Amino acid sequence: MMGADVLSAVKPHFPILVVLLPLLGALFCALIQRGTLSWLLTACIAFVLPVISGLMLFDVLKTGQTITYELGNWEAPFGIVYKVDGLSALVLTLITVIGAVIMPFARRSVAYEIDSHLQSWFYTMYLLCLAGLLGITITGDAFNAFVFLEISSLSTYVMIALGKHRRALLASYQYLIMGTIGATLYVVGIGLLYVVTGSLNFDDIASRLGPAMAERSGPVMAALGFITVGLSLKIALFPMHVWLPNAYAYAPSFATVFLAGTATKAAIYLLVRLLFTVFGTTVPFESMPVGHVLLALGLAGMFIAAFAAVFEENAKRMLAYSSVSQMGYIVLGIGLANVSGLTGALAHIVNHAVMKTALFLALGAVVYRIGTVRLGDLSGLGRKMPWTMVAFAIAGMGLMGIPGTAGFITKWYLVLGALEKGWWVIVFAIVLSSLISVVYMGRIMEVLWFREPSQAAEKAKDPPMMMLLPLWVLALATIYLGFDTRLSVGVAAPVAEALFGGIK
Amino acid sequence: MDQLKVFVTHYNYFITIFLMVAGLYIVIARGNMIKKLIGLSLFQTSVYLLYLSAGKIVGGTAPIYDPAFKFYSNPLPHVLILTAIVVGVSTFALGLALVVRIHEAYGTVEEDEIFAKDDGA
Repeated sequence: MMGADVLSAVKPHFPILVVLLPLLGALFCALIQRGTLSWLLTACIAFVLPVISGLMLFDVLKTGQTITYELGNWEAPFGIVYKVDGLSALVLTLITVIGAVIMPFARRSVAYEIDSHLQSWFYTMYLLCLAGLLGITITGDAFNAFVFLEISSLSTYVMIALGKHRRALLASYQYLIMGTIGATLYVVGIGLLYVVTGSLNFDDIASRLGPAMAERSGPVMAALGFITVGLSLKIALFPMHVWLPNAYAYAPSFATVFLAGTATKAAIYLLVRLLFTVFGTTVPFESMPVGHVLLALGLAGMFIAAFAAVFEENAKRMLAYSSVSQMGYIVLGIGLANVSGLTGALAHIVNHAVMKTALFLALGAVVYRIGTVRLGDLSGLGRKMPWTMVAFAIAGMGLMGIPGTAGFITKWYLVLGALEKGWWVIVFAIVLSSLISVVYMGRIMEVLWFREPSQAAEKAKDPPMMMLLPLWVLALATIYLGFDTRLSVGVAAPVAEALFGGIK
Repeated sequence: MDQLKVFVTHYNYFITIFLMVAGLYIVIARGNMIKKLIGLSLFQTSVYLLYLSAGKIVGGTAPIYDPAFKFYSNPLPHVLILTAIVVGVSTFALGLALVVRIHEAYGTVEEDEIFAKDDGA
């Protein structure tokens, strides 16, 4: 009974708790300064968050209503409002679940790769980044989203710079430059919107945009351009992706694991939110010039980044290029501008996060055992670390889009979306790009399974249970999501319909 | 003549654009990492001006609630920019901290020299 009372008392405050818990946790981690204790605290928080966001997702899906939380009881256009609708609940749940599942992996990986006096700071940054990403997803205020974007970005720069190799510093610096330019362009866009509408609340901007557009459309279109380019930098959409491969390759394994699944996804969310629920209500997305640009850049990214992955010698960089290529799919789905395409894009946010996190977890385990991810050093690891590498193979097959895995489902919806438009070329392009992913994943598989163990791999063995567990959870999820699509497409489809419904 | 009038009445926006482009140019064209950060800071500063220009009313005072004053400037952009300045300062600080670490690791802050060192190794 007590539990039920507490739950009903706390429940109205769920939206703020999602941001507040990791923020407070970060503060405590900074004060504790004991690696293991910080890990424990971080893990506790990371496991509470998916429960909260899961309950909110359940509520939103069941009632079909939006959860609104007014900060400090200030009403909507005046104060900052947190809003949880289908779209944000989906992304919130994804980020929190990924953030929790990978926690058991964190302790040993972080202890191995980061000096003991910095571990607590690392967890502080991890929690700050989590708070930032969740804040981006939950806020209903454009400027607040910018602040959260910078919270997550600044902590990400620090996490990347904690990598062992000195190039990590360089990667972090480059990301800092690119990320700040992106965020600043986003603020310029928001500023222009604020000037023409006088509001920062997403819904309020949307409702005032019509009259503002009628009066003068120039600033609104300029805002659209600034915001799209700014967020594209954060998404690592081709050709604004140059920061990503180095950042992922040289960051500590755990940071890469976390960022690959969540950071770009939150930026995608913000782009979808602005394009569809803010601009989309006045300017139908189909008639926006942005759609075609996104389509073209998504396509270009799918191929060029995938080609770069084929010729890469560092496994982490290879997967990072693959991430850029996969972001291309997501952006392509948005650019298709129909319900199937957007469903595919949103479901791919979930599926790609699951698969890519699993792949990077496996590489993190490899770093833990042999300390390198150069392709030459990985040879024969399949037989030395069978549990790790079987899971890697499963997630890899998902990435290729083999039927029976999560990757197939989303590519199927993207193809459907292209077919609805009658764009056969794009259908062909999706299939062709998948074939390229077969080539680069095939290359790494060949090295892992069909070669004699290298010197580095000779003494390797599977990592401890704690590190294997998250990997297998996600690998099995790759298969599960390939058969039962209720959690990915089942949630994404009504959300996509609602997003287009707002336009009509 | 009309163009000149637009220029004179909107000079603050032209300064904004100039600062923005100049900052971006420095970021792209300079190889010195500290100069790059200065360019980045300039780029961010231009945005402060964009917001503040929009919030300013000619002849308006600070928003003090008193019968003696009739026109107020909109305080919201100022508050927003206060936040943006904090973000800008922390980005700049973090960037400089990274440059210090890079200097310790590589012994230089020139990008081309750093790339040459890593390629050689």
